[in-house]
Amino acid sequence: MIARLRSSLVAPVLAVVFAAVFCALVLILSGANPASALGAMIGQVFEGQVAVDIVNSTAIYMLAALAAAIGFQMNLLNIGIEGQYRVGAVVAAIVGGAITLPPVLHWLVILLVAALAGAAWVALPALLKVTRGVHEVLSTIMMNAIAFGLAAYLISTDQFGILTGNNITTKPIPESGQVPGIDLGSKGTVFGLVFLAVIAAAVYGVVMNRTRFGFELKASGLSPTAAVAGGVNAKKMIVVSLLVSGAIAGLVGMPEILGRDHAYTLNFAAGYGFAGIGIALLGRNHPVGIAFGSLLWAFLEKAKGALDNEGVPREIATIMQGSIVLSVVVAYEIVKRVELAAEQRRVGQATGAAVEPSGEVAK
Amino acid sequence: MSMVDVQPDASGMTMAPPPRKRVLAGWQIFTFGVIAVVGVLALTSYLTGEPALTSSSTMQNTVTLGLPILLCGLGGIWSERSGMINIGLEGMMILGTWGAAFGGYHWGPWMAVVTGMICGALGGALHAVATVTFGVNHIVSGVAINLLGAGVTKYLSTLIFQPLSDNPRDSPPIEQFDTFSAPGLADWLAGLEKQQRVIISDVAGLLRGLVTRVSPMLIIAILLVVATYFVLWRTRFGLRLRSCGENPVAAESLGVNVYFHKYVAVIISGALAGIGGAALVLGSSPSIYQEGQTANRGFIGLAAMIFGNWRPGGTLVGAGLFGYADGLRLSATPAAVHALLYAAVIVAGLLVIFQLFRRKWTTAALAAVAAVAVYAFYYATDELPEQFLPYMPHIITLIVLALAAQRLRPPAADGLPYRRGEGD
Repeated sequence: MIARLRSSLVAPVLAVVFAAVFCALVLILSGANPASALGAMIGQVFEGQVAVDIVNSTAIYMLAALAAAIGFQMNLLNIGIEGQYRVGAVVAAIVGGAITLPPVLHWLVILLVAALAGAAWVALPALLKVTRGVHEVLSTIMMNAIAFGLAAYLISTDQFGILTGNNITTKPIPESGQVPGIDLGSKGTVFGLVFLAVIAAAVYGVVMNRTRFGFELKASGLSPTAAVAGGVNAKKMIVVSLLVSGAIAGLVGMPEILGRDHAYTLNFAAGYGFAGIGIALLGRNHPVGIAFGSLLWAFLEKAKGALDNEGVPREIATIMQGSIVLSVVVAYEIVKRVELAAEQRRVGQATGAAVEPSGEVAK
Repeated sequence: MSMVDVQPDASGMTMAPPPRKRVLAGWQIFTFGVIAVVGVLALTSYLTGEPALTSSSTMQNTVTLGLPILLCGLGGIWSERSGMINIGLEGMMILGTWGAAFGGYHWGPWMAVVTGMICGALGGALHAVATVTFGVNHIVSGVAINLLGAGVTKYLSTLIFQPLSDNPRDSPPIEQFDTFSAPGLADWLAGLEKQQRVIISDVAGLLRGLVTRVSPMLIIAILLVVATYFVLWRTRFGLRLRSCGENPVAAESLGVNVYFHKYVAVIISGALAGIGGAALVLGSSPSIYQEGQTANRGFIGLAAMIFGNWRPGGTLVGAGLFGYADGLRLSATPAAVHALLYAAVIVAGLLVIFQLFRRKWTTAALAAVAAVAVYAFYYATDELPEQFLPYMPHIITLIVLALAAQRLRPPAADGLPYRRGEGD
């Protein structure tokens, strides 16, 4: 157990350390003090609403990373989360503002719409993959870009947009559709949908490890041919897992929209999808790993404002995130190779010793 | 991104099934394609009364906006022909825009191209280290490089450009290339264009756009297209490089240093994306680096490469088409862009005739339905929703992928992991 934990922790820890050292070097080269920069970032956590912001962002990143992880489990690269959550958010905001329902039911319907819209946006890539053999990475990249166009079209004032000040928003979602948060006064408000992320992570963990669907998903990822031989319908698995991934991606925008903005606005955040891919890699598709990865991401994102006072461009946090992703995937490969070599040595020693008792190995 | 069907092409690689004889050579298909595109545009321009479709200013915008896409597409060819998928082109291009602005600000436009190239090549080298040496999934590494490229440029831009331009998101303007026109030819073509004669004026307009205010960037890009073709398809080095993309184990068994060729290919790929970034900076007016300037053009470059079936000539046509869609938006009225729907109807109509000729009844029927549907849409609307116009290349790419995925022929080992000595 401890050995397993160690082997799964080595790579991410190595990667974060390597990325930190790399960023420290960048800071030193640009004439800043890395220690005081880190100190300022940590100090920032206790300022104003930053701590609550970090919790809220962690939840959002978790949803995005879970969406990516489902695809990764069966070697499907859903690069399209970025577009799926945008479409989910804009469609759900429009529907949520247009209907009136009793409180809880209202936002449940909005969540459902968001998930369906996210799934719909990945349906075309999924179908193209199983019917025409189009690689999902290519089609989802294209769908990402088109999603921006669709969102811009839907919130134009000719369609569903309302001009408020110099911002364009969808019709505000009435109070019955808003998800109440935990009000901490001057510290800010924790989004109620933070719990959605926790529930999603828990469900994901159970489904992956305790259900037939999860087993078939992982089996298809590890060895598609073996899975097919074992009676898994490969095409159906591709479509289902992409749709589930898209549905979860559709929810990514919901904590902010139902908990804070109550409408889709021009300022709707971009980049959660790619962050989610990075976090899923960092957390190695494990719900707990994803939770920690999301926390790290949220910390870097929300505490970087403190760097301005230190005279350090805050984008060093983005460099940190990028270098973590790159170094973690490299670290996994290195750890895999080291473990494979160790395994081969062990097997070699065991069998070599049995075959040639006087051989070199036995000495 | 191996798509199932393995079809032989004219690249000289012999595959296990005997190659079906291609009726036309590559350059013939290319010429035919260009003539067809010009013909369809001229016909549309005539039938809809929209001269902007084939005006010289549209063509100039096409060139300016198509160059970055073309260069990224060429980068994609280099990398993917060696079997390495390069989603990181976008990040490498971003690095290139920063490098070009930095070099251009200090040493002028020629150095802008060089520094842009170097910055892009650095991004390529990083991708090569991760994917070739450490065997990281190519797409994952590419996504990481896109994140990293954006982060590094934002950081460097705040650090270095902000004191110069008072804006962390912009660089100070850099000196542009001197442009030149072919004097007699351009005037003669301008005369022809003004006469508004069917076909002749259209062709004259498009040609005039190509020969007036020509930037050296265009010459560089054309030379790079030719060089890419020549090196990859006509030299020993190129054959070896492509063999790494088709079957690295076989290449290894013949003594090809697969790692070396893949490294070179991916670094050149990054360098080309970096030059693409430089073309973007030099082509914008004023010539500055701006945050978010690339606007996914790296991905469009990749799309142009797929459109061009992983070959330089096809990529040139693809980049021209995508640059045209982008350029028309800048230089013409929304009605002119709307007329593109009419062009789509003509293309679908031609497809119907072609498929009937080949006795493919179902495909012909489908194309006919599509033609009628698009025409109905054209008839019922006055303008395309402008929000979708920037995404025309993406929509076209999806359609091409959906219709032609089985006819496209990516390198056989594209994106597959390879480690020396592990072949079976």
